[in-house]
Amino acid sequence: MVALNKFVKAIVFACLVAPLCWLGWQISLELQQPGSALGADPGEAIVHYLGEWSIRILLFAFSITPLRRLLKSRELARTRRMVGLFAFSYVVMHLLAYLFFYLEFDWSGMWVEILERPYITVGMSALACLLLMAVTSTRGWQRRLGRNWRLLHRLIYAAITLALIHLWWLTKDGFEDLVVYTLWFMVLLWFRWRSVSQQLH
Amino acid sequence: MLTRKVPKIRSSEITSESIYLTRRKFVQQGVIAGAGLSFGSHANAGLQSNDDITPERIVTSYNNFYEFGTDKSDPAKNAHQLTTDPWTVNVSGEAKKTGKFAFEDIVAGLDRQERIYRFRCVEAWSMVVPWVGISLKEILQQFEPNGNAKYVEFKTLVRPSEMPGQRGIFSSIDWPYVEGLRMDEAYHPLSIMAVGLFGKELPNQNGAPWRLIVPWKYGFKSVKSIVSIRFTKRQPRNTWNLLAPNEYGFYANVNPAVSHPRWSQASERRLPSSLFNPNRRPTLPFNGYADEVASLYSGMNLAKNF
Repeated sequence: MVALNKFVKAIVFACLVAPLCWLGWQISLELQQPGSALGADPGEAIVHYLGEWSIRILLFAFSITPLRRLLKSRELARTRRMVGLFAFSYVVMHLLAYLFFYLEFDWSGMWVEILERPYITVGMSALACLLLMAVTSTRGWQRRLGRNWRLLHRLIYAAITLALIHLWWLTKDGFEDLVVYTLWFMVLLWFRWRSVSQQLH
Repeated sequence: MLTRKVPKIRSSEITSESIYLTRRKFVQQGVIAGAGLSFGSHANAGLQSNDDITPERIVTSYNNFYEFGTDKSDPAKNAHQLTTDPWTVNVSGEAKKTGKFAFEDIVAGLDRQERIYRFRCVEAWSMVVPWVGISLKEILQQFEPNGNAKYVEFKTLVRPSEMPGQRGIFSSIDWPYVEGLRMDEAYHPLSIMAVGLFGKELPNQNGAPWRLIVPWKYGFKSVKSIVSIRFTKRQPRNTWNLLAPNEYGFYANVNPAVSHPRWSQASERRLPSSLFNPNRRPTLPFNGYADEVASLYSGMNLAKNF
């Protein structure tokens, strides 16, 4: 059982690291020959890439509980903390890339953006939710917060909703990916609603 | 305030050698049939010494042309499917000579000039592109617009069989793509129809066989692959304005003082940017062409008429 745990965890870990490896490879190609891998605007390409993977991994983290029921796999459930922390890390990298490539670490400019651009405000709020969850993800905090821990970690609903609004708001046209993410989220909400209503009956 | 007059720069000083040679070769061979290339007085109006020409590879591979897909790389991948010969243009509205015209007949005999213009997208990136263009005024005057013609409207081709972006179900654009100009804007000497770039024929992904170029406006005004020209009394609607009227206006003059609701327009990323240098620079009023065009809008509230 321990072996299976480790095996599942290793596979999930590899899947979560793979997008970063690919990005690292593209960046190394880009460094050898500018424009060869990431296009005319490599900064934008990196910001968008990290943003896309942030929402995918967030949705994956949110899928683990229903997947555990479907697959009857306790091993998968044990990876949930790791997946959540990966999602948080991707969001932080997404933000850092944005700060560097769009604002060149102009901090005063950042405040203007947060206050004046609704999609940035919403994105930062999603990050704030994830930050709270990441900080309290340790066993120590789980123990200290007791029953409130589960309540606090319902912030995932807010974080994903805000992340989707962020993406809807900045998309001009071509809504294919967004429709997929939103449907995925809605299916997961439906699963949860169903299991809650079954418990009530 | 200390101001300095930007020195006029000859095109040979700002054009990289390889491009310059290509251009000479093009002139010798007469790649674009029927006409020699002349360098008019507006060849590089408003250009500054740090305006290096964007590499051809980038100008032809980083495009917003949603008819071929919403990704910047989609047009270069998909536009080869487009048939540009024969190309018919429908001229209608407030003019004496209306009807269907062959593209070659419209442009035959008109002077082609190289114009090196800054190109500023509403998404806050920019390029410097050496267009081969024809004065828009000369083109439009052929149709003898009458006194009622206050505006001119342009439409892009609709051909889903060759334009995959027009087949998608997740697009909110109501094709065809429509744009328009006030007649005095259209008659301004900086306004051109581009039929080429880098001394070659216009690639499909850049709007072949011809596209509008109005360098002091955001790029979405510069409608591509035009099949309809209509002279009107009333201001035509334009595609992005129809989709999001609070974000995209009719005028769409480049203006660092008026932010797009979703992002700042104060600065732009000049392409190509690199991993070490986002290449951000301040955006100029009217994209640097204020001396030439600001008088067109005197007395207008540009924050309201964005």
